[in-house]
Amino acid sequence: MKKLIALLAAAVLAGCASTPELESKAGVEDRTPTTAVPAQPGVTAVTPIAPKADQLPNALKDPKNILSKRSVFFDYDSDRIRDEFRPLLQAHGKYLGDHAGAKMLVQGNADERGSREYNLALGQRRAEAIKRMLALMGARDAQIDAVSLGEEKPRCTEQSEACWAENRRGDLLHSGEF
Amino acid sequence: MRFMFRPVLLLLALVCSSAQAQLSIEITGGGANQIPIGVLRFAGEQVLAQNISDIVEADLQRSGRFRMLFAGSVDPLPTEVAQVNFGDWKNRNADAVVIGSVVRLADGRFEARFRLLDVPKQVQIGGVAFTLSAQQVRATAHRIADVVYEKLTGDRGVFSTRIAYVVKQGNRYELQIADADGVGAQTALASREPIISPTWSPDGTRLAYVSFENKKPVVYVHSLLSGQRQVVANFKGSNSAPAWSADGRQLAVVLSKDGGSQIYLIGADGSNPRRITNSGSIDTEPFFTPDAQSIYFTSDRGGSPQIYRMSAIGGEAERVTFDGSYNVSPRVSSDGKTLVYIARDGGRFELKSLDLASRQGQTLTDGQHDESPSFAPNGKMILYATQINNRGSLAAVSSDGRVKQRLSVQAADVREPAWGPFFNN
Repeated sequence: MKKLIALLAAAVLAGCASTPELESKAGVEDRTPTTAVPAQPGVTAVTPIAPKADQLPNALKDPKNILSKRSVFFDYDSDRIRDEFRPLLQAHGKYLGDHAGAKMLVQGNADERGSREYNLALGQRRAEAIKRMLALMGARDAQIDAVSLGEEKPRCTEQSEACWAENRRGDLLHSGEF
Repeated sequence: MRFMFRPVLLLLALVCSSAQAQLSIEITGGGANQIPIGVLRFAGEQVLAQNISDIVEADLQRSGRFRMLFAGSVDPLPTEVAQVNFGDWKNRNADAVVIGSVVRLADGRFEARFRLLDVPKQVQIGGVAFTLSAQQVRATAHRIADVVYEKLTGDRGVFSTRIAYVVKQGNRYELQIADADGVGAQTALASREPIISPTWSPDGTRLAYVSFENKKPVVYVHSLLSGQRQVVANFKGSNSAPAWSADGRQLAVVLSKDGGSQIYLIGADGSNPRRITNSGSIDTEPFFTPDAQSIYFTSDRGGSPQIYRMSAIGGEAERVTFDGSYNVSPRVSSDGKTLVYIARDGGRFELKSLDLASRQGQTLTDGQHDESPSFAPNGKMILYATQINNRGSLAAVSSDGRVKQRLSVQAADVREPAWGPFFNN
């Protein structure tokens, strides 16, 4: 019965389409639709390499040692190293100078306001200011990679001046931490 | 000339079979001079999983350039010009009517045929017959909407194009691609670290973007055909802000390998990086003009971030924006006539446009945190990122600022939109 109905339906539809044949074809182009982008081959998943922080020297981990402090904070739209952070950078610069094999990744950060790419450049400027100061304190240029995370890795996510101040920051990562 | 400004509030709950969060689109504004149009149900379209006429209607409505007239139930549905009750549509001030039919073919595929009719003249002004598989219903409907849009507005439709954007859910970042109506989202890349600045190659087969998966920004090019990706720039320091040249062979990128953030040209395969800006300032966000002759970019060389323009091979730059102390993220329309950018006005970040010939400016949005604008390939809409209730969301605005749309995903942060190019069939 179902088949019969389907056949009838098909016949009726075919009939409809073909009845005013001449007029029906006029002005109607034949096309096959194509998708804008070919089908996705699936998700590419990214697994970051885990750092081995347990191999870190004690001096860098001891909370009583200034070397355990790793963050430098900045004023709005500024890459000037505030005086309060000079002892910290002096200690890390000396550490790098004393350990020629040690490496450091300096990550600059910016608060979330404005363009992500411009903020990335602001974070870069902060990371480079830190790197310059570390070099003055004894580190070699090749020991340090100064990079920016822009506004992408905020420590604080509220929209307040206190929070933004916390995100205008440079972080020092030693070998084993990145 | 009729002037229509009718606030339309329409929530399209977009159905999807996948468990993934879908974008839903809310239209919050009406365009001027909307064309009154009726889209009738297509005879026989119930053989398909979705009604083609519904998708065509939603597409046209979303563009803001049409006033949809309720077609009601017409029985029997007209499939030929002679069967249309033009008097009825004339009384309702319709300018145009869309009719169509769908039949199943012997090979299991379908034929969808539509006609676009001019109501005052009572003639057919467009019509196409498509042969489609069951999986091509939405693609076919978008193509029909594209034909209707182009015939009636004179501009090319963008319903068949795609968009890319980044979804952040907890600590998971996904680079997704969806149809321009937000449906059919697919994840191209999933990562535990941020992904920013996706941008489409001119042929729509590749995306360049910045990924932080190696604890620093690195530029990749990702093929949507194979799922393979390639590192394009992973130099000392930061690598970011990719922009495609018109021929898709090279990218402008921002590198800090020589100190400071400066603009370089580099092969799309990562070959031959060469520096094209030489300032002690920040130079970033390069964007090639469609004629490939110039690059617009953001620089703070004048003391505050402003938009500049230089030759695509570098050299002297001329300043383009002068009002305000923060103008960033330049993008130029495909006809090269309009610049859009983000301006800080007080504490707000708004989308502005600038007619490059007349220097006439316009504020297009009134958000607090608008960013990352991206032109539709026909230049009629601009997709951008905004914040609603402290959460990232996508929005679009017409180039005249009249039509506004919001695209959102439940329970996720959506950001970094990029509108893909036309697809050449």
